[in-house]
Amino acid sequence: MPDVTYEESYAEIIGEGAGAEGDPYAGAYDTTDGRVYTVTGADWDTVLAPPEGEKERIVVNMGPQHPSTHGVLRLILELDGETVTEARCSIGYLHTGIEKNLEYRTWTQAVTYVTRMDYLAPIANEAGYVHAVEKLLGITGDIPDRAQLVRIITLELNRIQSHLVCLATGGFEMGALTAMTNGFRDRELVLDLLEMITGLRMNHAFIRPGGVAQDIPEGGVEKIREVMRILPKQLDGVPQLLVDNGVWKDRTSGIGYLDLSGCMALGITGPVLRAAGLPYDVRKAQPYFGYERFDFDVPTADTCDVYGRFLVRLEEINQSIRIVEQALDMLEPGPVMVADKKIAWPAQLSIGGDGMGNSLEHIRHIMGESMEALIHHFKLVTEGFAVPAGQVYSTIEAPRGELGVHIVSDGGTRPYRVHFRDPSFNNLQATAAMCEGGQVADVIGAVASIDPVMGGVDR
Amino acid sequence: MPLVDVRSGMFGGSSGGDTSGYGGIVRRIEMPSSAQRPFGGWFDEIADELDLALHDDSISFDIAVEAVVLQADEITFHVRPDHLLAFVARLRDEPALRFEICTGVSGVHYPHMTGRELHAVWHFLSITHNRRIRVEVSASEAHPHVPSIVSVYPADDWHEREAFDMFGIVFDAHPGLTRILMPDDWPGHPQRKDYPLGGIPVEYKGATIPPPDQRRSYA
Repeated sequence: MPDVTYEESYAEIIGEGAGAEGDPYAGAYDTTDGRVYTVTGADWDTVLAPPEGEKERIVVNMGPQHPSTHGVLRLILELDGETVTEARCSIGYLHTGIEKNLEYRTWTQAVTYVTRMDYLAPIANEAGYVHAVEKLLGITGDIPDRAQLVRIITLELNRIQSHLVCLATGGFEMGALTAMTNGFRDRELVLDLLEMITGLRMNHAFIRPGGVAQDIPEGGVEKIREVMRILPKQLDGVPQLLVDNGVWKDRTSGIGYLDLSGCMALGITGPVLRAAGLPYDVRKAQPYFGYERFDFDVPTADTCDVYGRFLVRLEEINQSIRIVEQALDMLEPGPVMVADKKIAWPAQLSIGGDGMGNSLEHIRHIMGESMEALIHHFKLVTEGFAVPAGQVYSTIEAPRGELGVHIVSDGGTRPYRVHFRDPSFNNLQATAAMCEGGQVADVIGAVASIDPVMGGVDR
Repeated sequence: MPLVDVRSGMFGGSSGGDTSGYGGIVRRIEMPSSAQRPFGGWFDEIADELDLALHDDSISFDIAVEAVVLQADEITFHVRPDHLLAFVARLRDEPALRFEICTGVSGVHYPHMTGRELHAVWHFLSITHNRRIRVEVSASEAHPHVPSIVSVYPADDWHEREAFDMFGIVFDAHPGLTRILMPDDWPGHPQRKDYPLGGIPVEYKGATIPPPDQRRSYA
């Protein structure tokens, strides 16, 4: 390091531009890439001075790195004392270009990407995408029954764990620490099940076009049943702790109010809509994967507030447990992948001593027995299958509301365009309607009741 | 029939290496073509109701709608931009239609459709009648303007901002059409087909793997 002070080196770099407009730190200097300006904050007083006759405005940035904004959500709040007079959201901090990336992968590989969007509902993302692909392929009716049931089991387990996170973090943000510890404890049971079924706790890439990647392992059904027996007892603690808890009720009742007409105008779906009294659920309205065979209720509340949404989510967990138990009863042995060898992924994985891996039987078949099988394997794995040209829109009920997937195919082996209408993205638009006129502390509760997941919002 | 792409050869590779002998094959890839009446099921009801309602606006279904496409039990109305606002206002307000919710808009870029490269695709849901439809409007890259429907469906606000951000589709009369996911000063519109994916070659055990958008594709 050369022996010069910071001031000396700075003066050397910024040269003659230093001291412009009376600001010793603002300046400009030339580089090989063009002129570079040093911007300082010194002009804030002139920019933000209140107009004549108006009092000072206080604008507070909450986030994007605030522990109670559910990830990198940035809320821009204008305050008058403790009252929020204007609330705006700024998003995009977690944008990773997943939709663009999908256009350079095969239809099957895309599952690995979409699962990373809404990271609390990975199975729902996969299901929505796969449902759309199958619709365009015209094979919706050919999916084996066992595959559909395994999909529903994982979807509902996913909903349980997602709602538990919502209750846990939502409770935590409003000071109910035990709700957090209990919620995450119970969620761990469900994540263990998902790990047993799919191999991973999240980012499963489990539901594939044509079926699922893997059958439920041996002894898995019994384990799921056991957890479904334990879970209601564990969850009993939540009502005991919160439902009739005066402090919790005072903290959540009448907060984040959004009634039915507000929900309709803002396109809100999911628990927020159901807490406004409308029992709309895609699983009932336009069933997919055979949801019409199940007996379950769509819980609603009529309070339109944070407390109502909390009750709706709590009851939805119980309904999901009901669905999982019914699905386990319906399970019959059978394939979990569509019979069409031109679409079905060539092999199931097998579980070796060192975790999941290739199926040795399949490798023996393609390497030693059948040239045609080898060609099929090679074509499907490298090139993938083609999907007829056209577009399709499919929706499923994700934990946070209606997840819409719009896919366009140009008849090739890769998606031409995939768009995810993520429920959190849409529902976050309600932030202003829910928060303006309320207190700063209630913003936290309102946002927590929308339950946004920024991975899904920004994609 | 709208053309999406023209491909030659058997495997779609353009860098040589196609030794199959089918290199001279040329295929035109087209989207499903326009359907004629009757559309079947409740699709005709909707068309009739729309026609009736649009007469109150002194236009008709055939003037407002360029084409109707049926695929996978779904209906798409290709609407002329001038009549989009009247069209969606009727979708929302007519008791027989009652599409309460607009579940957003998604942009699509078709570089081969000369003069109408950019498409905005809106999806509507009627909870009352339990129906879904799709409305599509196209614009050219040179003049990427389509009407905004935020005045009718406030829920479409952020969705239109996203389509603007990613595709550069300008939604006229949107209350605040700014970028939503990319930074405000970002150049270009990332999800257009001519916008590169980015990425660097990765070396693994002596071999070099190019970034995904430069790998061989089998389209």
